[in-house]
Amino acid sequence: MSAALETVGLQKRFGGIVATDDVSFRLEPGARHALIGPNGAGKTTFVNLLTGVLQPSAGTIRLHGEDISAMAPERRVKRGLVRTFQINQLFAGMTPLETLGVAVSERMGHGYEFWRPAGSKSVVIDEIVEIATRFKLADVLEERTASLPYGKQRLLEIALAFACQPRVLLLDEPAAGVPEAERHDLLATVAALPRDVSVLLIEHDMDLVFSFAERISVLVNGALFTEGTVSEIANDPRVRAVYLGESLDG
Amino acid sequence: MQGTPTETATRHLAETSRWKPLEFAFWLVAFGAIWLLPSHHLILNEIIITALFAMSLDLILGYAGIASLGHAAFFGFGAYFAGIFAIRVIGDPLTGLVLATLASGALGFITSFLVLRGVDLARLMVTLGVALVLGEIANKMTWLTGGADGLQGVVMGPVLGLFEFDLYGRTAYVYSLVVTFLLFLIARRIVVSPFGLSLRTIRDNPLRARAIGIPVNRRLIAVYTLAAAYAGAAGALLAQTTQFVSLDVIALHRSADVLLMLVIGGTGYLYGGFAGAIVFKVLQDVISNWTPQYWTFWIGLILVILVLIGRERMNHQVAVLWARLRGKPEPRPRTIVGGH
Amino acid sequence: MAGRPHGARSLYFPGGSRVLTILFDGIAYGMVLFVLACGLSITLGLMNFVNLAHGVFAMVGGYVTAILMNRLGVPFLATLPFAFLVPAALGLVMERTLYQRLYNRNHLDQVLFTIGLVFMAIAAVDYVMGSQPQLIQLPSWLRGRVDVFGVQVGLYRSFIIVVCGFLVVGLQFVLAKTRFGAQLRAAVDDARVARGLGINTSLVFAATFAAGSGLAGLGGALGAEILGLDPTFPLKFLIYFMIVVTVGGTSSLTGPFYASLLLGIADVAGKYYVPSLGAFVIYTVMIVVLVFRPQGLFVKAR
Ligand SMILES: Nc1ncnc2c1ncn2[C@@H]1O[C@H](COP(=O)(O)OP(=O)(O)OP(=O)(O)O)[C@@H](O)[C@H]1O
Ligand SMILES: [Mg+2]
Repeated sequence: MSAALETVGLQKRFGGIVATDDVSFRLEPGARHALIGPNGAGKTTFVNLLTGVLQPSAGTIRLHGEDISAMAPERRVKRGLVRTFQINQLFAGMTPLETLGVAVSERMGHGYEFWRPAGSKSVVIDEIVEIATRFKLADVLEERTASLPYGKQRLLEIALAFACQPRVLLLDEPAAGVPEAERHDLLATVAALPRDVSVLLIEHDMDLVFSFAERISVLVNGALFTEGTVSEIANDPRVRAVYLGESLDG
Repeated sequence: MQGTPTETATRHLAETSRWKPLEFAFWLVAFGAIWLLPSHHLILNEIIITALFAMSLDLILGYAGIASLGHAAFFGFGAYFAGIFAIRVIGDPLTGLVLATLASGALGFITSFLVLRGVDLARLMVTLGVALVLGEIANKMTWLTGGADGLQGVVMGPVLGLFEFDLYGRTAYVYSLVVTFLLFLIARRIVVSPFGLSLRTIRDNPLRARAIGIPVNRRLIAVYTLAAAYAGAAGALLAQTTQFVSLDVIALHRSADVLLMLVIGGTGYLYGGFAGAIVFKVLQDVISNWTPQYWTFWIGLILVILVLIGRERMNHQVAVLWARLRGKPEPRPRTIVGGH
Repeated sequence: MAGRPHGARSLYFPGGSRVLTILFDGIAYGMVLFVLACGLSITLGLMNFVNLAHGVFAMVGGYVTAILMNRLGVPFLATLPFAFLVPAALGLVMERTLYQRLYNRNHLDQVLFTIGLVFMAIAAVDYVMGSQPQLIQLPSWLRGRVDVFGVQVGLYRSFIIVVCGFLVVGLQFVLAKTRFGAQLRAAVDDARVARGLGINTSLVFAATFAAGSGLAGLGGALGAEILGLDPTFPLKFLIYFMIVVTVGGTSSLTGPFYASLLLGIADVAGKYYVPSLGAFVIYTVMIVVLVFRPQGLFVKAR
């Protein structure tokens, strides 16, 4: 069976820096997989390559067996590869209602419909409201995104990815900046995704990683350092040395 | 006013597309001027055409975030097309208008590929360059365009075969106003549609727009083409109603002026072009009467102050004021027509 | 308003080696363009600031020379230092009071703001000096042409090439060899890093802006004879400055230098050989370069 997402010899150079170094990685269908590594290890760069924000210097990316290495970012999304951003990337001048609405209509193929007002299809509205409720955004749907408190913006960031109905979801530090108490709630929402959705989680909070993930990969200096089950990684002294040791002061 | 979240959401989305009282008032006044201001039809005609032109720029700048320093390329192209068409083929205004609009749209479609390849400053310069090249072509192809002397001998037939253009500009104003109104209705429909919404995501954050599956380039090509067609329509109206076309229609200052008007009127709510065109014309009139030669000084000063204070903040203030005038207790600025 | 400059207005060809004469005049024209535009290129590269009002400083330089010569009888050469200093001082003041507030704004705001300044400057100069072109009476030893091996060489153009040549060499020296130059290059590469290295970037910005404005002023004074000088100068030549900068790129001065020469020669030659094409070729080349080499024609792709 082909992997949900697979890279072969993926590489990215920025001038002299090798940000992604010959990474061959498999994300199994339905996986709950975590990607960890010290700051600057190249985790975000890896996600940028997978989603087409950056072009790889070498290597291949396959989504459900299909080579997507040269595919435009938006077409990858149409095929179910969706991400969230480490730093919120939202639409400042729009409301969460419009933001989620645009994602839902786009997914349903209404993006070119210029003759009817947005919001005239009740399936779209129902889905917006459903997602908003799940992410505790129902009470701020009509406010301007730029004026939302950070916590709500963070939730919108994640909710927006859900609105795209991912088959493979890449979460880049979703809990960053979310208060301790709400982190587990957030991850529970992610964990509640249907089992056929594969999830790759990038996270620094080890509690979250250990409670969420079934497998963990460790990225160091752009290269895959090791990969294993939660207990294998938790008990690997080398991982402790390169990652856990450093993350104490980070 | 409470209901289930679904009802609230439906209501809010419907509200962005619903007509506001001030909008009705605006169009009532515009149409009322046909009878109320008979001696001003010539200037009103000029204003409404300029407003249509500015609205076309708003479609790309206010809704999709593409700044252009050469939008007069399409205005000028539409004007020359309509003028030459009237001389060489037939003088029927509507046929000329439709064809000029389509041709300008086609030109916009072709040049959009140049414009969209670049980013930022390069993109701005390409828009400028395209207008300069077209201006230069118009200047040199004297046999077709009349060159620096302008296109002479444009004679228009009656609109719909019924209404002759008169010296006082009455037919001209009614014709331009009706065309502008129809184009406005279409634009207003478009900007609150799913397509229009997707444009606003591109304006706010193209990176994320792509990441939720929006084909950014294709949307921009579509709206650029549309804006070019609108600008071409405005140019055609000018050529037909004044029965003259000169290099001025495509000159750099026309691109600069329209940008300025739009910025004065505010971007992203479609009426900015109208407000800007009126303010601009009135200012031009008032200041020119006072110091005819130096009125660009004051226009420049307005621009400088506008930017220093912050366009965003200014527009915000206006929007708040607007909301208050409408007697809305909790102003939600920048969403007058679903724009920002 | 968007009339084209008359770079070739005093061409005089008695036959013979026209090509060389055109080349020579083109180089002189290009050199002036470089001195005019190099400041713009640096501010764009350094602060990512689009200063469409750059030509205003050039115009000020030109008017300083014109006023000093025509009203106060100061000799041409003696006016040149003032043509540098006055715009430089003006640039410094404007940078500290106005421009620096806009460094973080988007390009559209910068464009609008500086276009506003251009409009104000045009009207203000028109008000004070009148709209007529300013004539600058060159000293007799700079007038006329001499015959060098059959090539007609204008004395004033030779003078321009020499002066601008020295300026170019001097600029390169400052950039490559001095401490200020090193700081400037660091700040162009990455302002944030430079700040981290302890470089006072805001001082570098101000000094650079002043120097760039001064050079533009000098260019305006030197070029008044070739380019003409009237209140619409900043708009008329805006597109030329922008071509130099966009075609030349902003990462070094070599790019804009070659771009200026190319533009100068192409413009003079184009107007002589194919006047029917006008500026068409230049604009088209600009678009092609922008579309295919947006970082500039003379910049190594990264
Ligand atoms: N566009 C870019 N140009 C040049 N270098 C880059 C670029 N993007 C990332 N890098 C470099 O690549 C390396 C990896 O960065 P990346 O952001 O992928 O790390 P990360 O693992 O996500 O770190 P963090 O945990 O802090 O988010 C870093 O050294 C970074 O400076
Ligand atoms: Mg990261």
